[in-house]
Amino acid sequence: MSNLFNIDIVNPEQSFLSKDNVFEVVIPAVEGEIGILKDHIPIISFLKPGIIRVFSESEEQSFYVEDGIVEFKDNTLSVLTSSIFDLKDADKNFVSESISSAEAELSKDNIDDQKRFLLNHKVEVLKSISIN
Amino acid sequence: MPSLDDLRKRITSVKSTQKITKAMKMVAAAKLRKAQENAEKGRPYSEKMNNVILNLSKSITDKENAPKLLVGTGEEKVHLCIVLTADRGLCGGFNTNIIKKAKSYFEKIISENKTLKIITVGSKGYDQLKRQYKSYIVENISFKESKNINYFDADKVGKIIIEKFEKNEFDVCAIFYNKFKNVITQIPQEQQIVPLNEDKDDKDDTGNDNDYEFEPDEDEILSNLLPKNISTQIFKAMLENSASEQGSRMTAMDNATRNAGELVDRLTIEYNRSRQAAITKELIEIISGAESL
Repeated sequence: MSNLFNIDIVNPEQSFLSKDNVFEVVIPAVEGEIGILKDHIPIISFLKPGIIRVFSESEEQSFYVEDGIVEFKDNTLSVLTSSIFDLKDADKNFVSESISSAEAELSKDNIDDQKRFLLNHKVEVLKSISIN
Repeated sequence: MPSLDDLRKRITSVKSTQKITKAMKMVAAAKLRKAQENAEKGRPYSEKMNNVILNLSKSITDKENAPKLLVGTGEEKVHLCIVLTADRGLCGGFNTNIIKKAKSYFEKIISENKTLKIITVGSKGYDQLKRQYKSYIVENISFKESKNINYFDADKVGKIIIEKFEKNEFDVCAIFYNKFKNVITQIPQEQQIVPLNEDKDDKDDTGNDNDYEFEPDEDEILSNLLPKNISTQIFKAMLENSASEQGSRMTAMDNATRNAGELVDRLTIEYNRSRQAAITKELIEIISGAESL
């Protein structure tokens, strides 16, 4: 029996990625990373800024996401996100811009702890991208 | 009876109008294809979003503590209407149909003595509504500068709605737009987005026996998801609207081109007739002149 399942990543404008031969996906859920294999129980969660890693038989792909919702059901993983890009075509300028805008946001006083945590995390992830 | 010269001028002018409408039709047709593609591409997102929310709202047992965006404030006093129209005219009944639909809704609200607030998106809607409903319009948004429909714009509108909701400025929110059925038919739609109207006859009712694991809990996911859903619904409406606008313009311009063609034919016949009449008149004059000699 195969241990493969489907993944659909959609953003509001179009369907971003659709594959039916992945065996593992690691998603940055809001309470920690989740690795999803075939026959995972149905789950709904949402994402924090981070890297989605998709492992298929032939290749491994990585995407940066800012936020979104994931749903896993009937061996189909749906990721709904409004901001996503492939790490391979990461735009240096865009990344550094995002870092500076996030840092500017961080320096404001009126943000709550949860937001501060998310922003810190976002900066961290983005910095790790720009190093690679 | 117009002179020959006048007729000739009219024929040229109608012909050049015809050229313009023909060009506009072609442009609309090209844009329509793109808009239709975009609308189709955008569909999976809003469908999936709907599914997730449907599944979530089913699993919520404690209706009283559910997020207000889902169940409403419990009152129905203040209605906020988002009227989505185009920024340009010359597209047949496109804008008028939305406005008509919206107006009948407004009248209902006003006659029930409820408070009405209007946000217009797109300048044509504002132009048509400001005469009658100026005092109700709270905001007027236009995305003339952005070439394509993008999610970012829809999100802006969504944020305004959420902000107003959190300040308790309205209880019920409905959006008005044209749903694209095909090139000839666009159906004006009225859709309530706050509180969320559950589609009872939704096709995806298969997920009933699915017990989801939620991380974090349902409430938190829902309160995170519902604002996004509003932006998504607006985005969907904007996509449908842009496809409808182009379709409607294409049909309107096609009709205009055809009418101009008919007009040219009629004018040409009239022109030829009066030219012939003038020739005949001259001949008679010559002949009778010759006879009298």
